Amino acid sequence: MPRETLIRQINQIRDEILILGSMVEQATLSAIQALKNRDTHLAREIFEADQNINEKRFAIENAIITLMATQQPMARDLREMTAMLEVNTELERMGDYAKGIAKVVTRLGEGDVIIPIQEIEKMAEIAVSMLHRALGAFVSENHVQALAIPKEDDQVDELFNQAYRKIIEAMIANPNLIDHTNLMLWVIHNLERLADRVTNICERTVFSATGELFEIDGMDEDDANV
Amino acid sequence: MDNNHVVLETKNLNVFYGNFLAIKDVNFQVFRNQITAIIGPSGCGKSTLLRSFNRMNELVPSARSEGKILFNGEDIYDPTIDPVEVRRKIGMVFQKPNPFPKSIYENIAWGLKINGFRGSKSEMDDLVEQALRGAALWDEVKDKLDQSGLSLSGGQQQRLCIARAIAIKPEVILMDEPASALDPIATLKIEDLMRELKENYTIVIVTHNMQEAARVSDYTAMMMLTGEGERSGTVIEFDRTNIIFTRPKDKRTEDYITGRFG
Repeated sequence: MPRETLIRQINQIRDEILILGSMVEQATLSAIQALKNRDTHLAREIFEADQNINEKRFAIENAIITLMATQQPMARDLREMTAMLEVNTELERMGDYAKGIAKVVTRLGEGDVIIPIQEIEKMAEIAVSMLHRALGAFVSENHVQALAIPKEDDQVDELFNQAYRKIIEAMIANPNLIDHTNLMLWVIHNLERLADRVTNICERTVFSATGELFEIDGMDEDDANV
Repeated sequence: MDNNHVVLETKNLNVFYGNFLAIKDVNFQVFRNQITAIIGPSGCGKSTLLRSFNRMNELVPSARSEGKILFNGEDIYDPTIDPVEVRRKIGMVFQKPNPFPKSIYENIAWGLKINGFRGSKSEMDDLVEQALRGAALWDEVKDKLDQSGLSLSGGQQQRLCIARAIAIKPEVILMDEPASALDPIATLKIEDLMRELKENYTIVIVTHNMQEAARVSDYTAMMMLTGEGERSGTVIEFDRTNIIFTRPKDKRTEDYITGRFG
């Protein structure tokens, strides 16, 4: 079949995106683990992991630009290349959210704080699962699956609201802990945004597979009400 | 540039047609099992440079050259070197497919015969099949080997010419605009074939079509007219293809590949 080089290189970049995605998933779950166990050592490891995520992001970007310049992708191939650039950027930002949570862990140190860990763990679990399946749909160009995943963001939003109320109540009840407990708002904000960005990946999957460019309902940037 | 094995190398190469200096002071290297593309505007000396690599320029009466062209370290213009032997090791495929007006089988067999083949008919059959398979043509022609080479489509004729070139097992294949007379699909087939061929051969391709150079080559040499009155061509930039097409160092290269030239 003609264009074997192009197809092979697209597959290579898809693989790299999946690897980057798993690095982000790992960083997110580790960040929550570090928060739960108040493990500042693990938190610092996440800072290092974020460096690797950033480097991989640039390597993928370079590979995409080179492929565009040398293989002149058209139509479906061109859409996929541009979608890959977007997804690549989304993943790097998600890595920053994980790093942000790790930063909260180091700022807390051993200080007293009230952590709604149950909700936080559940948010992370759902968001990471959404991300994992969204990337699977992206590399297999499965727009039907991509359209279904963003609905699950409602669960994350619901957990966000529950956690938000708990944090506010804890601050009212323990004004001396406001400084530290306030940081929990950042944690749930980051997880909520991470799940939102999964929707962006799903939108790019639909574009790549069908050429249709639209926002999938269920996502609202203003929902991040911190 | 890196540690690849150098097969062909020019040193301060000048080529004249009469008093006209067509290409001047060309220094570059061709690496083994890589595809090197030579790109540049019309009349900048791309084909002249390509034809220097197997002494085809000598067939032009007024042509002469200065400097050196080393093939595996040996100067191919040394008086003791037989140009026919050079052309056996460094084959050529031309812009317009030019099969002989003979059968598909004879198109391959003929080159082997004049190069001293003395084996049996079945050995010859094997070599013809090998060459046609090597050029990704066997499946399309195996049932009509006795038909004229000219009965094939343009893309098939070009692959037949490639099969003819590889039948005598050269080290290097020079290709002068090998796809410019073909439709886009036949072009992509030739390009995929080139990628397969580079496992066993070293390829140098001249092309007007810089997208083709971008798609198919590992290294790219950018040629441009320079010097007094901008009449003589030279290589202004040579690098890995992915660098030439994403971040060239010479502004003239950038202008050319972005269509801002001229």
